[in-house]
Amino acid sequence: MACTCGGHNEALFAQLDNVIEQHKDQRGSLISVLHKAQGIFGYLPEEVQAYIAEKMDIPLSEIYGVVTFYALFTMNKKGKYTFNVCLGTACYVKGSGKLLEKLQEELGIGVGETTEDGMFSIECCRCVGACGLAPVITINDKVHGHLVPEDIPALIAEIKAAEQI
Amino acid sequence: MNKIKSFEELKALQAAERAKIAVRDGQAPGSANLARHHVMICAGTGCSSSNSMLVKEALIKQLAEAGLDKEIDVVQTGCFGFCSLGPIMVVYPEGTFYHHVKVEDVAEIVETHLKGGQLVERLLYDIPGQNKKAPDMSHIPFFQKQKRVALRNCGTIDPENIGEAIAHDAYQGLGKALTEMTPAEVIAEVEKSGIRGRGGAGFPTGKKWKFAAGYQSAEKYVVVNADEGDPGAFMDRSVLEGDPHSILEAMAIGGYAIGATHGFIYVRAEYPIAVHRLEVAIAQAREVGLLGENIMGTGFNFDIDIRLGAGAFVCGEETALLTSVEGKRGEPRPRPPFPAEKGLWGVPTFVNNVETLANIPVIFTKGGEAFASIGTAGSKGTKVFAMAGKVNNIGLVEVPMGTTLREMIYDIGGGIPDGKAFKAAQTGGPSGGCLPASALDTEIDFDTLVAAGSMMGSGGLIVLDETTCMVDIAKFYLEFTQDESCGKCPPCRIGTKRMLEILDKITRGEGTMEDIDNLETLASTISSSALCALGQTAPNPILATLKFFREEYEAHIIDKKCPAGVCKSLLQYQIDPEKCKGCTACARNCPVGAISGTVREPHTIDTSKCIKCGSCIEKCRFGAISRG
Repeated sequence: MACTCGGHNEALFAQLDNVIEQHKDQRGSLISVLHKAQGIFGYLPEEVQAYIAEKMDIPLSEIYGVVTFYALFTMNKKGKYTFNVCLGTACYVKGSGKLLEKLQEELGIGVGETTEDGMFSIECCRCVGACGLAPVITINDKVHGHLVPEDIPALIAEIKAAEQI
Repeated sequence: MNKIKSFEELKALQAAERAKIAVRDGQAPGSANLARHHVMICAGTGCSSSNSMLVKEALIKQLAEAGLDKEIDVVQTGCFGFCSLGPIMVVYPEGTFYHHVKVEDVAEIVETHLKGGQLVERLLYDIPGQNKKAPDMSHIPFFQKQKRVALRNCGTIDPENIGEAIAHDAYQGLGKALTEMTPAEVIAEVEKSGIRGRGGAGFPTGKKWKFAAGYQSAEKYVVVNADEGDPGAFMDRSVLEGDPHSILEAMAIGGYAIGATHGFIYVRAEYPIAVHRLEVAIAQAREVGLLGENIMGTGFNFDIDIRLGAGAFVCGEETALLTSVEGKRGEPRPRPPFPAEKGLWGVPTFVNNVETLANIPVIFTKGGEAFASIGTAGSKGTKVFAMAGKVNNIGLVEVPMGTTLREMIYDIGGGIPDGKAFKAAQTGGPSGGCLPASALDTEIDFDTLVAAGSMMGSGGLIVLDETTCMVDIAKFYLEFTQDESCGKCPPCRIGTKRMLEILDKITRGEGTMEDIDNLETLASTISSSALCALGQTAPNPILATLKFFREEYEAHIIDKKCPAGVCKSLLQYQIDPEKCKGCTACARNCPVGAISGTVREPHTIDTSKCIKCGSCIEKCRFGAISRG
């Protein structure tokens, strides 16, 4: 199969080659490779999956099956800032559902979506384990705790100010 | 550190390492070139989230500037358990416990305490109801009723320093097993301890090892289930972050017992700190020869690899977990054959949970009998609970099996915030149930929880107060299991969906009494026919809430009311004309123009327009608006 790397930087595929090479003698390493591939590309578009399929000699259908099974793998490009609202029980009983509503309202997008300018995405997760700070939202892995819906506009404004938008 | 070539060398090393940290036992430093103070800063996920690492950096910098860096050691530790007080700092030899420490507080701690020898009073813990400050942890009620076995080293050692772990008994149990016991004796010792799996079902660990040992195979595996998926449970993460060597040691003991030379730790990718600590621990253990070939000169080989999960709750089920370690979609397999016979890549394997394994080394250093002396008749040892939700003291609590909910929630947890009333305690996460106030004095162990209609699960303990709607909570868990159902078997894939639809209907006020019957029928069908534990236990939250809080379901169905005021569709907003002053604040803030009235006259709400957003209640200064 021909490589369809198209818009993607060849350097990124070279990094992916290294990853595949490191794992080539390891049994059952597909998930590890996919984690690293997502780290390199930010997401797992079909062309990346096809590339891995060819290099690792695994059917593309199987790779697609794995990618779509696990919540942490995504085939959509994420925004520069991903708001991850914790919907674990501790956060939920302390009102994280309301944070999510407010966030969707403020950004005008739903869960799993990205704003048109490619700046913000909203995701939900099940417990980041910071239950002492509930309810929490992580923004690109930085935890913000003890939030109320009224805090949301300020969180967004802070990023917009830093990005000058 | 040199390679450790025998058990004797390990023992000698332990004594030397222990002397280095004598300050933490409240003693004077062992020699003049050792630090006089150790400042422990929690580097667990909870405290890190509240910037404990910035505090640590600031402290290191200020100590260096003050020329005190040789006299005072700064140590990052695992979790102390009292997460709602984070960031936490403990100063030895005094054992002073500071909480909510901010970067701005560091200068005062250096000046007043580390230089001046006086405690920084304002950062000490206020003992509730006593008008007194706690000088150290032993005066804090949260810690007084706890007994730390699995979490013994969390908060006391630097998890990235194998020397400190060795000082605290790490690998002593392995040394004893390898040099003084046969594999059969190792298994017998685990059986004698009576320990049962802490991951959910409570299966006896010794039995599990015995089965795996009984099958002949050139290749066998030890697998650790560190895919802690129950929302609100984080004890496994704490062990991995605070004491990773205890898991490596236990895996090696298990490997020796069943004849395996290789182990895998399957850990959630959502736990980056835990993964990092494991990587560091494995590398250090290999370097000193406590993993790898010919461990302590005994001829026993054992090595460990880490595999990352990728966000699938079902992978906490052991057969699904094994499929995922193999790099595939994490779908469960029918049992039998059990993993003990055909596990990872079809060879004999045992899968143990992190907290279970954290107890194993203690069984060998202290003896199976000593372990069995803690706990109840059927459940030995301690259990770690992640207590969260509507409770004052949020964090990890390790108590002997048989402790009551009342002791946990009121004595350790400090009761319910804001003077609200206790309604229920949810245990066992999405597979568990909830216990009402009448169960507060039940002694908690594996069997009493099942008898009371819930289960231990991995030890999540979410406290719910009067503002929680039990139908909504059942719906919350069903949304979770429905979302996480892998789709392989129809009872789980379709059944949970149907149950969720019915719950949704009830919370919208469209339910009928027949719906309750249908829920019960579906529940029994799903629990008897689903392929794995995820599906089999999915109906539990519904069954438990129906058992103890049936009247709430009936209120939703018959009276079309949500007694807790949570289910939006059932709420009606009303303005009390007696209290309303006609200030117009509500009308001006209503986003849909549902409120009308003239100035200084009582206003009214048009319920057909009202979207029940609650902004009017927030704006009313006279308490004239109510919902119910």
